[in-house]
Amino acid sequence: MYKFYETSFRNQSMSLTEKFFNLSFAYILFITMLASIGVLMLYSAANGSWSPWALNHLVRFAMGFAVMLFFAMTDIRLFMRYAYVFYFISLILLVVVEVTGHIGMGAQRWINLGIIKIQPSELMKIALVLALARYFHTSSLQTIESFRGIIPPVLMTLFPAFLVVIQPDLGTALMLLFTAGMIFFVVGVQLWKFGVVILGGIVSLPVAWHFLHDYQQNRVLTFLDPERDPLGAGYHIIQSKIALGSGGVFGKGFLKGTQSHLNFLPEKHTDFIYTMLSEEFGMVGAVFVVIINLLIIAYTYSFALKSNSYFGKLVAIGLACNYFLYVFINIAMVLGLLPVVGIPLPLISYGGTVMLSVMASFGIILSVYINRNINIGKD
Amino acid sequence: MNRDNDKGKVLISRSLIVGIGKFVLLMVIIVRLYYLQVYQADRYKTLADENRISTRLLVPPRGLIYDRNGVLIATNQQNFQALIVAEQTPNLQQTLDAFKKIMPLSESEEERIKKEIKRKRSFVPIKIKDNLSWEEVAKIQLNAPDLPGIIIDEGLSRYYPYGEKMAHILGYVSSVSDKDVKDDPLLEVPGFKIGKSGIEKYYEKKLRGKGGNLKLEVNAYGRVMKEIERKDGIPGERVDLTIDARLQEKAYDLFGEESGAAVLLDVHTGEILAFVSTPSYDPNLFSQGLNNEQWNALVNNEKKPLSNKAISGQYSPGSTFKIITALAALESGTIKPDTRFFCAAKMLLGTHAFHCWKRSGHGYLNVIEAIKHSCDIFFYETSLRLGIDKLAEMARRFGLGSKIDIGLENEKAGLIPDRAWKLRRFGESWQQGESLISGIGQGYILTTPLQLATMIARVVNGGYEVKPTFSKLSDYDREHLPRIKINPAYLDIVKQGMYEVVNVPGATAYRSHYDYNGIKMGGKTGSTQVRRITMKERQTRILKQEELPWRLRDHGLFVGYTPVDNPKYAVAVLVEHGGGGASAAAPIASQILLEAVKLDPTLKGVRDDRIKEPIDMSLLPYPAE
Repeated sequence: MYKFYETSFRNQSMSLTEKFFNLSFAYILFITMLASIGVLMLYSAANGSWSPWALNHLVRFAMGFAVMLFFAMTDIRLFMRYAYVFYFISLILLVVVEVTGHIGMGAQRWINLGIIKIQPSELMKIALVLALARYFHTSSLQTIESFRGIIPPVLMTLFPAFLVVIQPDLGTALMLLFTAGMIFFVVGVQLWKFGVVILGGIVSLPVAWHFLHDYQQNRVLTFLDPERDPLGAGYHIIQSKIALGSGGVFGKGFLKGTQSHLNFLPEKHTDFIYTMLSEEFGMVGAVFVVIINLLIIAYTYSFALKSNSYFGKLVAIGLACNYFLYVFINIAMVLGLLPVVGIPLPLISYGGTVMLSVMASFGIILSVYINRNINIGKD
Repeated sequence: MNRDNDKGKVLISRSLIVGIGKFVLLMVIIVRLYYLQVYQADRYKTLADENRISTRLLVPPRGLIYDRNGVLIATNQQNFQALIVAEQTPNLQQTLDAFKKIMPLSESEEERIKKEIKRKRSFVPIKIKDNLSWEEVAKIQLNAPDLPGIIIDEGLSRYYPYGEKMAHILGYVSSVSDKDVKDDPLLEVPGFKIGKSGIEKYYEKKLRGKGGNLKLEVNAYGRVMKEIERKDGIPGERVDLTIDARLQEKAYDLFGEESGAAVLLDVHTGEILAFVSTPSYDPNLFSQGLNNEQWNALVNNEKKPLSNKAISGQYSPGSTFKIITALAALESGTIKPDTRFFCAAKMLLGTHAFHCWKRSGHGYLNVIEAIKHSCDIFFYETSLRLGIDKLAEMARRFGLGSKIDIGLENEKAGLIPDRAWKLRRFGESWQQGESLISGIGQGYILTTPLQLATMIARVVNGGYEVKPTFSKLSDYDREHLPRIKINPAYLDIVKQGMYEVVNVPGATAYRSHYDYNGIKMGGKTGSTQVRRITMKERQTRILKQEELPWRLRDHGLFVGYTPVDNPKYAVAVLVEHGGGGASAAAPIASQILLEAVKLDPTLKGVRDDRIKEPIDMSLLPYPAE
């Protein structure tokens, strides 16, 4: 039995300084660039004002940055050791939110700790990746390919996904399922099993439809035909497309987006911030953001490849999946390629929990990179 | 260990597949961006502009209307109205109640507001009250915190300084109705008013002007952020009428409570100087919108204030028609200037007796004396010999029996009957007795006061075919007036008769004569019965006009002109149920003419002492028989 502080110092082969110089500064630069774009856009969203969003965003990024560095400096073996503990804590928090949510009114996703609000579903996104990584790290390929071996990770995924979906937060639940699905895929679960699940999913779709809330059904229907209700549910996506399209190649200029500044664009500081960016900076700005995100994901993959430990690889790939889902779902949503599910664009959209959870993920990914030469045993 | 190796290889190869998948998905996003921001950019730019730009029509000020001396007779007035925007008030009833504390609202008004709010979209302003005074505006603004959603709107509304005195000329403006042709986007502007009657309607296109455009940038809630572009419209053109406001006012006032009409013309041009129909209505009420009570009061008034009697009222011309009979008879040679008939108060045609208005008879008289005394028997004898067709033909030459078309609605043609007409209308042949009564302007003959004014103008101007008009005649038109085919000498005979009617003691209209620096007037009275005098009444005693109820009294008519030696003004006056031409119409006509003379700068100080001597009959060129 050792304590966390003992291990962290006893087993490390590098000093803090060495670790620091092992950080991927390019990676950190990309992250900082996106966060800066976020500050810029929030400044514009407030019609050229630091309040109420831009300054807060900057402060949160600074906090997130500290969290990222802290996790980056942490020994990767600690993440493995405490993966399940973290997972259960997150699961319990989800249950707590569910219970207090029933006591309170309506959808409850937060735990208010006074200074900050914690969204357990965000914690779970990281916790699930760590827990699955640990499980598959310790399992043999044989186990993974066996039916018995796949049952525990499936349950590990379905429990929190279920808790999130009844919050109700369909978007996050789907993200958990997709991230887990991708992890299952990369660790080598046979394709036919995916086939069975997908088939099962399609078959049960009408049943699932029945369980969706009215507003969720509306979102899906509106996605399929935005003109269905141009002043109601379809309004957001139509206005988003108008804003994007009217931005053209070079955009209308900083602070000059008519759709955003005249309030035709809803939620321009959160879910639809990418639309505003595309309106003001045009396709040039929009593609720039996609490329930076592409680079972040590519770097994460290279970190995974360079890692000596199976756990490290899987954690990096899993967190990359999670981050990718954020980016892709948000952008595809505002472009009208996916239904409006209420997922923000990390680093750019205004929102504290997502900022912290994403920065924590980057910290863990950097830890994987810094500790790439460490081999981790099966227990 | 071997399996672990495989596990690592599977991880790497499958990760690559997932990685490629992500790359592809991000490329899909870029393609989508290209599609929206390049391929469809123009379409979305248009849509974005449609979102942000709200175009509003700028209503041009309506053209002003002036009288012949440049006096404003129709103008635009600053008008404040209180509007309510439903979406800006949290509780409509509460706001209306608060408003009612400041200014009373009738129940029907409140009902209308609520109905309109229900019908229109919540951001459309609805009129609460119109024509607010300064104090009322100040009160509303002072209480603004209690009146959320209530706004004060400043606009122009039509105002007629002369009110009812000119209503039958100018008409009025009112809101566009469903029946109006919407050929101009201005008509779609809420609250826009167009000419619905009178000159306002006739010159609608000219008075309206062209709307301007105001492009505003609005936000998603419709709030105006800034003005992008303003293109001012063209104000409506001014319209100058031939009316003289002073004469119009005088003429109108002369009628008092009487119901009737008067038309004053410049005999050389046909320009209408005064055009009165009484009673009248206040056109200012129409531009504000009448309430039901006001409307019903107008419609149910037995004196019919909404009807323009000067052009829509058709009356038997009565004795004023004797002018035409005399001219027709002289031209056809039926009578000569010195032809005399004997008036024994009554004449028989077959078994039917025809009476003169004078129960003692006039004895022998010629045409001038017959006009002077308005002898009926003389004209019975004349028209009996003349026949209806020649009479009708002469009447038409002087503007009777057809529309003159002065541009006002509901102008009536009147009726000049002849043999063909009667056959067409009744399938019966013309009776001699009908010729007889036609000769004194009774029977089928119908004329409007405007036509009578035209007739007298054409008689006294030397036979020029003037047409009454509200717009000034150009110099060219003035000098190229067509002439009526008539021997001027006959006109002089008739004029002599009309001179004597007014200026010789004992003649029918002597009481109305004047002598203003030697300027005198001439004219002819006329009375038309609206009831039948029964044989029994004739035998006992014909009831005096004052003894009859208003509706049964005779219409009084008078056609006149001045100055007698060089006529410039002609007037026709009708007093409905006035009791007789000499007593009711001639005094009014006399005062109108006198006023016209007094106001005429070219006639001032004229002293003409020439005394009208009877015409030397031998000098007249008689037509061959």
